[in-house]
Amino acid sequence: MLSTNFVLLTAFAYVIVLFLLAFISDSMSRRGKDTLLRSPLIYTLSISVYCTSWTFYGAVGSAARNGLEFATIYLGPTLVFIGWWFLLRKLVRIGHEHRITSIADLISSRFGKSTTLAVLVTCIAVIGTTPYIALQLKAVTTSFEVVSNATQTGILGVTLGEDTRAGFWVAVAMAVFTILFGTRNLDANEHNPGVVAAIAFEALVKLLAIISVGLFVVFGIAGGIDQVFEYVPAETLLQHSDNFGTRWINLLFLSGIAIICLPRQFQITVVENSNEKHLRTASWAFPLYLFLMSLFVLPIAIVGLAVLPAGSNPDMFVLTLPMWADQEALALLAFIGGFSSATSMVIVASIALSVMISNHIVVPLALRLPWVQLDESGDIKQLLLISRRISIGLILLFGYLYFSFSARSDALASIGLIAFVGVAQFSPALIGGIFWRNAAARGAVAGLSVGFILWMYTLFLPSLAIDGGYLSSFVAHGPWGLKWLRPQALFGLEGLDPLTHATFWCLELNTIVFVVVSMWTKQSPLEKLQSALFVDVFRNKRHSGAQILQRRAATKDLFRLTQRILGPKETHKLFAELTGGTIALNDLPPPDPRFIDHVERRLTGNIGAATARALVSQVATGESISLDEIISLVDETQQVVEYSQRLEQQSNQLKLTAEKLRKANLKLQELDSQKDEFLSQVSHEVRTPMTSIRSFAEILQNTDELSPEQQQRFVKIIHEESLRLTRLLDEILEISRLEQSQLGINLQKIDPEPVIDRAIDSCRGLAQTSNVDLTSGHREQSLFVQSDGDRLHQVIINLITNAVKYNTSNDPVVRIESFIRDEHFEILISDNGPGISDADRVFDKFSRGRSEYPAGTVGTGLGLAISRQLIINMNGNLDLVDTDMNGAQFRITLPLAKH
Amino acid sequence: MTKHILIAEDEPYIVESLGFVLTHAGYTVSAVRDGQAVFSAVSEQLPALLILDLMLPNKNGFEVLKQLRSDSQLKYIPVMMLTAKGQEQDKNTAEQLGVDAFMTKPFSNREVVDCVHALVSLDSS
Repeated sequence: MLSTNFVLLTAFAYVIVLFLLAFISDSMSRRGKDTLLRSPLIYTLSISVYCTSWTFYGAVGSAARNGLEFATIYLGPTLVFIGWWFLLRKLVRIGHEHRITSIADLISSRFGKSTTLAVLVTCIAVIGTTPYIALQLKAVTTSFEVVSNATQTGILGVTLGEDTRAGFWVAVAMAVFTILFGTRNLDANEHNPGVVAAIAFEALVKLLAIISVGLFVVFGIAGGIDQVFEYVPAETLLQHSDNFGTRWINLLFLSGIAIICLPRQFQITVVENSNEKHLRTASWAFPLYLFLMSLFVLPIAIVGLAVLPAGSNPDMFVLTLPMWADQEALALLAFIGGFSSATSMVIVASIALSVMISNHIVVPLALRLPWVQLDESGDIKQLLLISRRISIGLILLFGYLYFSFSARSDALASIGLIAFVGVAQFSPALIGGIFWRNAAARGAVAGLSVGFILWMYTLFLPSLAIDGGYLSSFVAHGPWGLKWLRPQALFGLEGLDPLTHATFWCLELNTIVFVVVSMWTKQSPLEKLQSALFVDVFRNKRHSGAQILQRRAATKDLFRLTQRILGPKETHKLFAELTGGTIALNDLPPPDPRFIDHVERRLTGNIGAATARALVSQVATGESISLDEIISLVDETQQVVEYSQRLEQQSNQLKLTAEKLRKANLKLQELDSQKDEFLSQVSHEVRTPMTSIRSFAEILQNTDELSPEQQQRFVKIIHEESLRLTRLLDEILEISRLEQSQLGINLQKIDPEPVIDRAIDSCRGLAQTSNVDLTSGHREQSLFVQSDGDRLHQVIINLITNAVKYNTSNDPVVRIESFIRDEHFEILISDNGPGISDADRVFDKFSRGRSEYPAGTVGTGLGLAISRQLIINMNGNLDLVDTDMNGAQFRITLPLAKH
Repeated sequence: MTKHILIAEDEPYIVESLGFVLTHAGYTVSAVRDGQAVFSAVSEQLPALLILDLMLPNKNGFEVLKQLRSDSQLKYIPVMMLTAKGQEQDKNTAEQLGVDAFMTKPFSNREVVDCVHALVSLDSS
């Protein structure tokens, strides 16, 4: 049994320890002895501000109610730290480069230093964090009551006393601590080593507490690991069928987003980060910390459910189990563990929020109000300090008010989840902003607004509903009884649990609106610049905007402005850089754009990007943004990428073109050599009859004693050879024409059989004089082919004539047949002559298939080539059939005409 | 005894005209029309000159020339080559193979006779 006073005293003592620790750390840091404070381990431990009293107490409660669901809250951040470290690294790098003071500052700065966005994000953050702070107050109050009212009923029955005054005093104590240690440094970018040290210490305390309780429960109460599981009724392990279901995945997703978007996580992970390399340690050490924190959750829940009377509040098992076993010291340790979880969260969250409120709401507002006079040296600094302190008080007050409204309605975990969904609304703008160049301010404003309104409607509002009140009927039936507007079944989406339902609508519409509006919006030049600086933070080497933002300012004005924010000391130091050491205020050289930019950056660290820009703009004139520079900056990387892509494409195209050219060249060469060959053949074919003609002409001319018979014969030869020459030239022309086009071929649907008959008849005379038996074999009937009757006639005659002329058989026969085979019409012209010696080349121009032919019967060597070209132009084919028989067999194949 | 000239040519009218001209100039003339028949005809007849057409069926003039030039008995027989193709490259090839005269169709009878005289008398001297 612990007395109330004793518990209070212990808590007070713990707070004193925190104060001392923070104080020592701060002074150590100021003296430069902060190597320990700046270690990656301290950084990692401070990130564990993620584990609030919700996780400390609530995880056990969640495990008791919903089985493995609690694990998602640890798994989400684990996945992010292990798998998404590149995202965290980018955030940290941007935070350093741009002296980011908060998540609102980052989003506003990215989207063109937009004041609207800064205000919007600040509001969402404050409203989203309020339930969370309330949750801490509730946890501390409840645990305090439990541990100090240790009657049996107190342990078992009480979830929370009616008296919420304890919560109020807890809030006050936390506010004092935060104001004392969280507002020492004005430059939010200059870290708060005292606070960080205290948070790291608290991380150790809560880990120690939960592990001590866990070990005691497993080995002290249950009597060993195996025994723990004997407590588990089989149905308990199996009953939670929604493990790994939609809600489970949703929680995993939300907790992963939360570790990035929660203002306090952003504060610790990004703003308080002193060295980017610390992330490397945190990426494994923080998941390890989470693992240790979650190790005993299930055993405590199992044993608590088994040994404590039914109806006990599982959210307090961590505390009530040691009390049930009369382990007062352990119970006190558990209480301090929960207390430390709550305080660390409240401290960091209220610092983060107070920075946002003062930078993005109070100062801009003060600057616009005419009756607020801010002309004195350091006055804005004072304003900032005061507004931060008041903000911290107000934030805790809001938290307390929410706590007293909703105190009786919800379990710890569900309140935390409401906050998770709230801050998750930042994720589209945040993640989109640092990876998507075209993300635009209007898109971010629209998306955030839609997401925030839906969050308020579907989640925040119902959380305030009390049974029987107006709100609860509103939630149950919708406004004005409109069922499709019910907050937990919006647009008829039913069957999901309220959390998944809300997440679905908020984030989906937020993202869609953000993306769509961004795509339809043209970015302002400054926005474009910031977008490039953020998205390509690893590529652009510390581009100060100076080359891009051209502006002038009177040194005096700039100096006064700086003094108002930084105070005289800091300002003198800053301006000394401009003059190179000496401070002679009267004749300071005019600041160049680079220096103005430098001052703005410095102010940004104190009051955020949007406000700093607004202030500097008051004294700086002639601001012109060099569009060329922006374009070059924005497009720099893009251009390189595009250029190299283009180069690659071009080189691929070049390769293709070269290949095509090479082929074309080969083809041309081939054609060229074919042409040469053809010309040489033509030359040969022309020169041969010319030789006879010339020679006999000379004989006739120069020989006196020629007999009339001789004269006659020689003249006849000359005549014959002249005809041969003419025929040759005609045929050369014809084959050239046929090879170039199908012109001159008149394709029609014709019956080929009469054509064949006509051709046979035409050759009868020649056959008779040559004594060749010209016969017709098997013939098809009544069919049609696509062909040119006259040309086909010409080809058949040519083939028959050849077969007759060169048939040297003793009993010469030429046979004509026709068949239909494979959808084609075939005409076969066969002879029993000597056959073709060079079957491969028989259709080549000027090749003569037969080696022996009597004088005067010689052909041009083009007949078969022409015949074949004609048939090919009729879409058919002319070839030589390889048969076992003597002689040659030519085959004409023609396509059948469609009926 | 009149000198004997062998003509290897597949165009009958050219054989006829050359035969007439050379007979008229005082030579005896015989002819073969197939590339494969040339070598045996040469070794049988041992002509004072071979007039060899380049484009002979079955075995072209170059091949015949090569065969002759590699035969110890026949390699001294002068060869006058005729071609209707008239390509410089052919002339070079023929000269490398050791041709004695190269003439492009159509030729003048006078030219042929002069050339034949020259080659035959060279041979006999």
